Amino acid sequence: MTTTETPGLLRRILDYSSRADPYPLYAELRKTPVARQDDGSYVISTYRELTDILHNPHLSSDTRNLSQPMAGAEGQTAPAFINLDPPEHDRLRRMAMRHFGPPHTPALLTGMEPVLATTVGGLIDDLTDKERIDLVDDFAYPFPVTVICHLLGVPREDEPRFHLWVNDLINSIDYDPKTDPKEKLDKGVQARMDLREYLGGLLAQRHGRPGEDLLSRLANDDGPDGRMTDEEIVSTANLLLIAGHETTVNLITNGMLTLLRHPQVLQRLRGEPDLVVPLVEELLRYEPPVHIIPWRAAYSDITVADTEIRKGSQIMLMLAAGSRDPDRFHDPDRFDPDRRDNQHLGFGSGIHLCFGGPLARRETQIALTELVRRLDGIRLVDDPPPYRRSPILRGPVHLHVERSAG
Amino acid sequence: MTSAENLQAFRRDGRIVVVGASLAGLRAAETLREEGFTGSLTMIGDELGEPYDRPPLSKQVLTGWVPAGNTKLPRRREIDAEWLLGVPADGLDLAANHVHLADGREVPFDRVLISTGVRARPWFVESEAALDGVFVVRTREHAEGLQRALAAGPSRVLVIGAGFTGSEIASICRERDIPVTVAELAPAPLVGALGAMIGEVAADLQRAHGVDLRCGVKVTQLEGDAQGRLRRAHFEDGTTIDADVAVVALGGIRNTDWLRSSGLAAGVWGIACDTGCRALDLNGLVTDDIFVAGDVARCPNPIYEYRLISLEHWANAVEQAGVAAHNMVSAQADRWPHLTIPLFWSIQFGVNIKSVGVPTFADEVVVTQGSVPDHRFVAAYGYRGRVTAAVSFNNAKWLDHYRRLIETAAPFPPPCPAPDQPADMKPVPVDFPGPVLLAQGATVVVTGHDPSERRVTAVRQHR
Repeated sequence: MTTTETPGLLRRILDYSSRADPYPLYAELRKTPVARQDDGSYVISTYRELTDILHNPHLSSDTRNLSQPMAGAEGQTAPAFINLDPPEHDRLRRMAMRHFGPPHTPALLTGMEPVLATTVGGLIDDLTDKERIDLVDDFAYPFPVTVICHLLGVPREDEPRFHLWVNDLINSIDYDPKTDPKEKLDKGVQARMDLREYLGGLLAQRHGRPGEDLLSRLANDDGPDGRMTDEEIVSTANLLLIAGHETTVNLITNGMLTLLRHPQVLQRLRGEPDLVVPLVEELLRYEPPVHIIPWRAAYSDITVADTEIRKGSQIMLMLAAGSRDPDRFHDPDRFDPDRRDNQHLGFGSGIHLCFGGPLARRETQIALTELVRRLDGIRLVDDPPPYRRSPILRGPVHLHVERSAG
Repeated sequence: MTSAENLQAFRRDGRIVVVGASLAGLRAAETLREEGFTGSLTMIGDELGEPYDRPPLSKQVLTGWVPAGNTKLPRRREIDAEWLLGVPADGLDLAANHVHLADGREVPFDRVLISTGVRARPWFVESEAALDGVFVVRTREHAEGLQRALAAGPSRVLVIGAGFTGSEIASICRERDIPVTVAELAPAPLVGALGAMIGEVAADLQRAHGVDLRCGVKVTQLEGDAQGRLRRAHFEDGTTIDADVAVVALGGIRNTDWLRSSGLAAGVWGIACDTGCRALDLNGLVTDDIFVAGDVARCPNPIYEYRLISLEHWANAVEQAGVAAHNMVSAQADRWPHLTIPLFWSIQFGVNIKSVGVPTFADEVVVTQGSVPDHRFVAAYGYRGRVTAAVSFNNAKWLDHYRRLIETAAPFPPPCPAPDQPADMKPVPVDFPGPVLLAQGATVVVTGHDPSERRVTAVRQHR
């Protein structure tokens, strides 16, 4: 059955006023698992339908398969693998994964543990005598940025430059030609070009100079699939640089916010550091950093929950709504770090499953354990805190906490 | 006393015996406790030592990466059981409700779970099987012995049988740079499980990795020297090959012999049960207190025309054990059917092979995604116009989609193109080797005329 849900529901979800608590609207949205929008696109919000479609080989990640082209897509020269389909997606992801995880580089993450611990330790050292802390600016942002720079081989001191570009880029992801000023899109397109040029410059120095960082490894690789072109390396590095910190910032911040709202869990974590492993999984379900996959394309006609989606249609995937689906998760609005069988959609699912998921997990596990261990007696200044604009990558823009006396 | 009170009393202080203390037995025991069973629990197993995981035995253990002793199964929870290990059960008395052990002991029960699994089919000549250098791989000790033999650097290994286990072992030999010959009676490796098209791919894979693959051949004799060490193997066509290690990988034999006089529907195919995992007796009647799970169970699957299917799959053992245990401590109305779609995986020659569904339940197969020459593809299997199975080579992330196609009896061949669909997608006949095993003799006869008198009697098989 094709049904249109309450008119304007999606618009209300995307509207900034819903940012602090979109979950009641998600519940409303789930009443229509596959909701056709007035513009002919579809919104999917229930767990079963989301997992079905994420494993469906007829769902395309390539904008070129949309019957109505996306605004701003023309600026993209070589899409990164997140925006490609097999076999190209598989080839590029495989070539990147060779240097990032098993089976070829199984020890990368373990090898980085000292860097993670030192970075976290150093940042917290600077916090311990402060009365008032912004957990975003003082911790949750600088930590993953430092890590991804180290991993990629991007000089940390360049951060202020690419920080601006990344901001403009993220802002333009949910560009809506009907309501947003054209400037928002233009800034995004310009930022994308600037960032590519910057990364291209770094890459040019890496050729013929084998090194440990990912840029050097990609530039000098001779694996079974050959070597990526410079354009492909820049696209890949661009993707990892952005995804490598924008999402983790939110996961760590959402994590501290959730713990401060659940003091008994915070207290437990102090005494049982191992709790952090299931706790981060529950966080990925309960307050995930990525709420929405803003678009996918139907490569062929696709039937989901008895709704036929025509070839070329745009499909929006509401991952965070699926992770709170009561048909899949018992008592889904409860934050329960002991939850079992927690197959959340925090990292997506299927072939586009988050590339950096294992790193993000470990970063967040270490960050939360150490913050809770070393920052005693902190309380939230604002609840809810102010949020970033984006409904897609959702999280607080600042998270101010204060030391309570005694 | 009502049956609800009976169940309460049973859950509180009943006696459950689990025969077969491997993966299925252990997971069932854990589920029983999870479900609140507080009575006595006895685990009977013929192997000494704690339950361990078998898939690594033909993989990581043989490369020497994981010591055989490090394959102990992780425990999900305490089970507070009495363990009777190292002695096999050799009888089940349904009148007296006890399990008989080979050392003469009798273990009484109110309900019993049978999860005795499968053992390796040995080489058919006992004296040749006993030669130094001849192996089967099923237990930890087997794998440990073979690992040592491979580490000693044999001049050549002969693998007899190119099913999954044999192919995995051949792959390990090549990984360790040991010359290996694979002898298979069928026209290609894996053909019995996956059909001719995939068999051909598997054959290419083996040859590309330097395996001396010989199909359509039969090994007739293993020859030893004066010291009792394997020296060479003889083929039916009179040729020979020198080898100092031979691995007999001819599949398994279900451990049902001990149930011969039990009155259960047990035989070479396993123990028949309903989807609730309750064993059937010889007459095909459902029993109340005897449950079955794992490799030894033979369970109807509604998706495959309610045929009785036994599966030697890791995931099936875990899931079926969970259902069986739940049903053992639940009232009739709360019982679950075991209705999962079979799932299987193998790693060989750098390829992750994974299948969903029952590939042998098919008449056609078609490559739907990827590229066969690159050994990265998905093939869907169809039976009379619906999807019944799928196999992936290095492309496992799509299989959930095919599982859904199987569950919903989606049309075959899948009609819509995917971005990575091969240009020449065309279904071909699936082509399995003939059903030779169906030719085995009858195992039962029916007697009696009046409906109240008609009974089935087991017939001892003559070898």
